[in-house]
Amino acid sequence: MIEILTQPLEFTFMQHALAAAVISSVVCAMLSCWLVLMGWSLMGEAVAHSILPGIVLAQIFGLPMALGAFVFGMLAVLLIGGISGNSTLKHDTSIGVVFTSLFALGLVLISRTPSQTHLTHILFGNVLGISQADLLQTAGLGLATVAVLLALRRSLVLLAFDKIHAHTIGMSTGALSLLLLSLLALTTVTSLQTLGILLVVAMLVVPGATALLLCRRFGWMLVVAAGSAAASAMLGVYASYWFDTSTGGSIVLAQSAQFLLAYLFAPAKGMTPRLRQGRGRRVAPLSTFPPLDAKDPA
Amino acid sequence: MTGEPAAVVVSELSAGYPGVRALESVSITVPRRSICALLGANGSGKSTLFKSLLGLHRPSAGSVRLFGLEPAKARRRNQVSYVPQHEQVDASFPISVEQVVMMGRYGHMGLTRRTRPADRLACDEALEQVGLTELRRRGIGELSGGQRKRAFLARAIAQRSPLMLLDEPFAGVDRGSEQLISTVLKALRDESDTTVVISTHHLAGVAELADEVVLLHQRVLASGLPEDVLTEEQLGRSFGSVLRENP
Repeated sequence: MIEILTQPLEFTFMQHALAAAVISSVVCAMLSCWLVLMGWSLMGEAVAHSILPGIVLAQIFGLPMALGAFVFGMLAVLLIGGISGNSTLKHDTSIGVVFTSLFALGLVLISRTPSQTHLTHILFGNVLGISQADLLQTAGLGLATVAVLLALRRSLVLLAFDKIHAHTIGMSTGALSLLLLSLLALTTVTSLQTLGILLVVAMLVVPGATALLLCRRFGWMLVVAAGSAAASAMLGVYASYWFDTSTGGSIVLAQSAQFLLAYLFAPAKGMTPRLRQGRGRRVAPLSTFPPLDAKDPA
Repeated sequence: MTGEPAAVVVSELSAGYPGVRALESVSITVPRRSICALLGANGSGKSTLFKSLLGLHRPSAGSVRLFGLEPAKARRRNQVSYVPQHEQVDASFPISVEQVVMMGRYGHMGLTRRTRPADRLACDEALEQVGLTELRRRGIGELSGGQRKRAFLARAIAQRSPLMLLDEPFAGVDRGSEQLISTVLKALRDESDTTVVISTHHLAGVAELADEVVLLHQRVLASGLPEDVLTEEQLGRSFGSVLRENP
């Protein structure tokens, strides 16, 4: 029985894979708690897709991949904010326009670059090919991100809960939002090798969503999201070894399974307890509608 | 009064949105230690005026001074607190009543918002004042409308700012909470030297609570003592059909 756990770890590449998967899922999971509360789930997707041209350009010019990716992640964030701020377009429209355009740019650049860029590795990750240097980078950037998140935890929760109050007490909500988006870009870059562009979005949304269903306080959300993500990473890596399945896919499926369980059985907010209390078909709570004065310019 | 700037001085303020003129040369002075009610129907521009006071909306002309300071400076010095409207609050947010109230103290804390004994004391007192001590560990979503309003009032009390802005404090609030909020606001004025500005379209209770009423409809229609402003003729000009439909 114990062999199931120990045998894969006889290979160095499996040790690296497991460590990298656990570290990046935990960092993503903690960030995801803020993203789901800020209503920024789609921003995670946008940033993840937008960094593709950055990676390709970094390889062309021999720069660190993380640098190119970070620059383009931030570029996407600024473009999205700029377009929705200076036009009548809605936020999700500008997100859709920006990230697909940048992703397309990345595809075109790859097709014209005769290099060893493996598109599949960028899109789907290559967790089994992680070197010791990659692992150290993932750990370093991950640790820095978690440190910033925890230090500014209360301010960031206030930002998500009540921007007007944050503004009223003199906080710079713009700077704080930008900081959170920078951490998002950075985290996406560090998780790229584990899961790839396509699946990193899952790690940035699903653990936070699961934790929100299970918890009544933000502090616990962080713990539950991180725990659920770490468990999923281990499950996924071992499953991919023993059943010869895609590592990234297995990790995300493990997360999705936990989400489904929480959705169905979470004590207060799950479907089953609510159905049992006859509240299953309750209409959306008032808070999901925009404030009344959003439509009322005066 | 000598040389002490008024709590709120709005002069010749005009503001709007593309295609909409929300405020036209509005001038208002709110003296310190008073309760002022901005009264107007929906669309009268009182939300825009509130946003201008908070620095959330850039006026096209005119100026706002809070205690003689630019709004941004006043905010940084913790001079302003704000009690939001009901609908602005995400009731599903995983946060407890006392955590919400503690957010009122953030302006007094360092970057990491570490709480000190003085902060905890201010929270305890504020919760006591609005009668939510027993419910402090409840989630914000588990409160009734009136209780939730009181929780945000407690947050503003804990902030201990000399100017408190309340957006529709009596909307969606039960009778008991309404009475309690009125009592607390008067106590803040009399005992803590707080200036209170409320924005409301509810006529009920205003005459009894406010020292001064400003009747707003894009411009200031009337301002002064409640008994002078709250006449049928004045209200007819401001609320028009609204009054006739809901006497």
